[in-house]
Order: sequence, then structure tokens, then C-alpha cells
Amino acid sequence: MTRALKVIRAGPQMSVQDMGRAGYLAFGLSRGGAADRLALWEGAALLGQSEGCAALEMAGMGGTFEATEDMRIALTGAPMAAAIDGAPVAWNASHLLARGAQLSIGAARAGSYGYLHVGGGFDTPVLLGARAAHLVARIGGVVHEGEALPVGEDAGTRTGLTLPEDGRFKGGKVRLVPSVQTGLFSPEERARFAQTVFTRDAKGNRMGARFIPEGAGFASAAGLSVLSEVIVPGDVQITGDGTPFVLLSECQTTGGYPRIGAVIPADLPRVAQAAPGAALTFEFVTLEAAREIEWKEAERRAALGKTAEPLLRDPRDIANLGSYQLVSGVTDGAA
Amino acid sequence: MGETQPGKWPVIREAGFDGLLVSFGERLGEPANRAALAFRVAVEAARIGGVSETSTSLVSVYLRFDPLNHDHPAMRAELEALLSERDWYAACLPEGRRLWRIPTVYGGDQLAQTARAAGMSADEAVKQLSATQVRVQTIGFMPGMPYLGELPEAWDIPRQTELTAEVPKGGLCVAIRQLVLFPVATPTGWRQIGQTDFELFRPESAEPFVLRAGDEAVFEAVDELGAAATCEEIT
Repeated sequence: MTRALKVIRAGPQMSVQDMGRAGYLAFGLSRGGAADRLALWEGAALLGQSEGCAALEMAGMGGTFEATEDMRIALTGAPMAAAIDGAPVAWNASHLLARGAQLSIGAARAGSYGYLHVGGGFDTPVLLGARAAHLVARIGGVVHEGEALPVGEDAGTRTGLTLPEDGRFKGGKVRLVPSVQTGLFSPEERARFAQTVFTRDAKGNRMGARFIPEGAGFASAAGLSVLSEVIVPGDVQITGDGTPFVLLSECQTTGGYPRIGAVIPADLPRVAQAAPGAALTFEFVTLEAAREIEWKEAERRAALGKTAEPLLRDPRDIANLGSYQLVSGVTDGAA
Repeated sequence: MGETQPGKWPVIREAGFDGLLVSFGERLGEPANRAALAFRVAVEAARIGGVSETSTSLVSVYLRFDPLNHDHPAMRAELEALLSERDWYAACLPEGRRLWRIPTVYGGDQLAQTARAAGMSADEAVKQLSATQVRVQTIGFMPGMPYLGELPEAWDIPRQTELTAEVPKGGLCVAIRQLVLFPVATPTGWRQIGQTDFELFRPESAEPFVLRAGDEAVFEAVDELGAAATCEEIT
């Protein structure tokens, strides 16, 4: 049997995702890929592999899985309750999933999208240059109970690592730069936008997320007759009812609603992960400030692997601490 | 010939953190649409370092680039140099254009109301729409989805304030003197006036995206769907 992860039970919106397929914008196909791209970098850092490896994205709810062979896994993104054969395992960490062992993942405790990574990445078919399911374009689809997802060869061996906890799962402040249509909104309207607290609406999916303002909606001088223009993930459209809709990875490629600004790439994971009810605010920054932020974020992402630390078990959970080798290969660094 | 737009056009503007937008006009117009199509071809041919992707909208060219290693002023300068090379508004339409005749069943809940907004009866609307040859001005929104125009002035009606929960795949919709045809079922603010069974996106095919910018189309009124669309080269 080929190396695979069997899906025993599937949450309603699980799909294989990678960094998506760039290059088809001119044909009306958005890049797609993971709603929270940072989670792919984190999974890659935990498993010591490329961020281009495909992972399983789980919207709101996980599932139950069984490995056909011993395999390494990592859990990132929205924290979910996870256990291997009933024993709880840490989120934001890598583990060994032994052949035949069952991994169960429950509902998200915060945030929207959890990710299950495997050593070697999922080896599902490549379509138009990527493995990512594009649900809106009907490329691939959601993962169902009973499927066996093929897993690539894994060059790594290390497990039991964890990354520092990230704060992007509870809403908060996101930064945006002015964009092509920002000028259609009066300075007063823009200022009010930046002072308003928004609540993530229950409506939303991989195309985008709707945010409900505290107080009145927003309006531009152009009304509803704006010429359709290119849109990309991060753009903040003000829809007909005055509420902002932030476009995410599977967004359409053109849109006719005026856009008040564009969320910078570094803050887009925070938007994607805001769960219904989460509070969000927007802050306009200059292009120069955004460049500074993106430089730092790119450096931080590239160095994520160095921030991974051995997963320490709670000593109370371990009957005989002395018999455990807490960190395998801990002396490697001295060689 | 030499039909340029007045004043400030074309303009280059920042589109988010990693994009630039070259616009050839504020409103949709034939010369501006041709300029956008031709300028994108030129940008692709120029192979400017740091550019990762380009596309056209109705009257603009978008390019995504790597602003960390290629800053905005340098990218702007490259585009300005290219813009100054010729009169883009005088550019020809792309080569290899085709005329599609797409069978359409006109009707549905929104037809009468939409016709009224255009100042005519439903019958008059169907007659006019099915007799108008429109051009694919751009492909966008969804895979292979065309924006077609330009319709007579009566059709300069806004999109709806409220979204229609779902227009089916193959739905033909209208607003602001344009038609759009949906490749998959989708919520939309456009007003549906007809239904086709035309497959715009064929992911398994060698040519997944069927229509191309510059192609022409006629949405011919039929009583029921089933007959295939026809396609002929335009010389």
C-alpha cells in the first residue's frame, strides 16, 4: 500500500492546500491556496521541509485520521483539540503518528483555519501547477470521509518541536495601505473607518470575510457604478450595504465594489483567522511603513525554524520522568 | 486613429502593497480597452525584472511584483518608459479573434424588472439584447468569465444593492452597459436576464479558458437549451 493518511471522519470543509497557483489572474482564476499562508511556513518550520508542501486545511473543525505507515505530522493555525489514540497532543507542534494510530482533531478553540501537515507533504495530483483545491473554481474539492490522501517521501526524522504561540487567532489590529479607489472615500469616511471596531460576521469563506461595523456603514462618492477592476487578496471592498468585505485567497479576480484600501500581506493571516464574533480594527499605513513591516515579516518567516523548541511535557503527565528521553538528538548541536 | 484620451490618462497607481495599475481611462471605451490589451502584451514582452504576474481589466493593466527587492519608483519608471513608446489608444485588437453565437433562453424573475430599469418592455429587451453583437472586453472575476460590451445606452443601469443569493452556472446577467456570463454558480449584484449552457472553464481540456479578450459574441434567443454554441474566425 502506498504511503497515505486515511480519513476516517471528515469535518465539513477540509481541503488540501498549498501556496496556490499564481499566473492565472489574466484568465480569471485567483491564486487560491491556504487561507492562512503563514500556517504553511509554520508547518514547514516544524517539520524542516519546504513551505511549498501541501497540507490539509480544516475550516473550524478537524476530523479523524489514520496513518498507513509511521509518519511525522505537524499541527498549526487555529488551535484545535487534538489527540493520538486518545492521548492529548500539543497544537502548534510536530509529532510522530505511528502506523495504525488514530489522530483525532476537534473544533477550533480560537481562529478559523487549522492545518495538518505531514512529513513529505500530501502528494495529491497537481492541476494547473498546484495541489491546492480551489473550491470556488471547482478545481479539486473538499476532502471526504473514506479518502486516503497520498503522502510524499519524507527526508526528515525529527518530531517533538513546538513554535512560540502566535496571537493572530483572536482578531485585533490589521494594517492596510491606500489603494486605487481609496480616494473615492472622503477623508472623513476614511478616518471613521480607521476608528471603527468591526465584528467578523458569520458569513464568509475562502473567498473573503465580512466585517460588521459598530455604527453606520460606509459609502463612497462612486456609489454602485464603479467600473469592474482587478482585485487581489487583501483588498477591502465596501459592498452595497456599506459593510467591508476583505478578500482572501479564493477571491474573484475583478470586482465592481469600491475598495477603501488593501490589507498588507503580513496581516492577512489575522483577517483569515478572525472567527465569527472576533473584533477587528483597521489602521492605514504608508507604503514605506508597509515595506518595513513586510521586510521584518519575511525575515521572521525565514527564521521560524530557529525559533522551534523541543516540546516539553508537563511532568505531571509523566509517570516516570526518568525513563523518558525528553529531547531526542539534543546533543547534535555540539557535534 | 490617434484617438487619445484627454488630460491625465494613462495613469500609474499603486494597487495594494505589491501591485501597480496602469489605467487608460476612467470609463470603459473602445480605444482604452484596446490600449490595455496591447499594453499588457508589451509588458509581458519587456520581461521587467521582479514582475511576477500581469493581467488586464476593462481599461487597465495590473502587474504584481516583488516590492522588497524592486522598489515602487523603479518599477514605475520602467512602466513610464514603456508607456511613452507609442500611442497605445491606437493599438489594434488582438489577432485570432472569433465570433461566438451562444444560444440563450431569456427570462427569469429579474428580466421584467431589469427591462423596466432600461426603459423598455421585457419583449423589447430580449429583442435588443439578442440582436446586439458584443465584444469580450476582458476575462475576469471567475475562471474564463467574460465581461462583454458595449450595450446601447439604455442599459446603463447600476448593479443591485442587495446580492442575488445565487445565479446558476451559465447565467447571463446585465448592468452598466455590459453583459457577464458566469462559469460557475455564484452570488452577484448583476441582474440575470437569461440562461445558457455554455462551458466557459474546462479545467481538464488543453484550452481550459474558452473565450479570449477581443472575441465577439451574440446571445441568440432560443426556446430551450441544448444546441451547441458556434464559433467562427473573424477576418
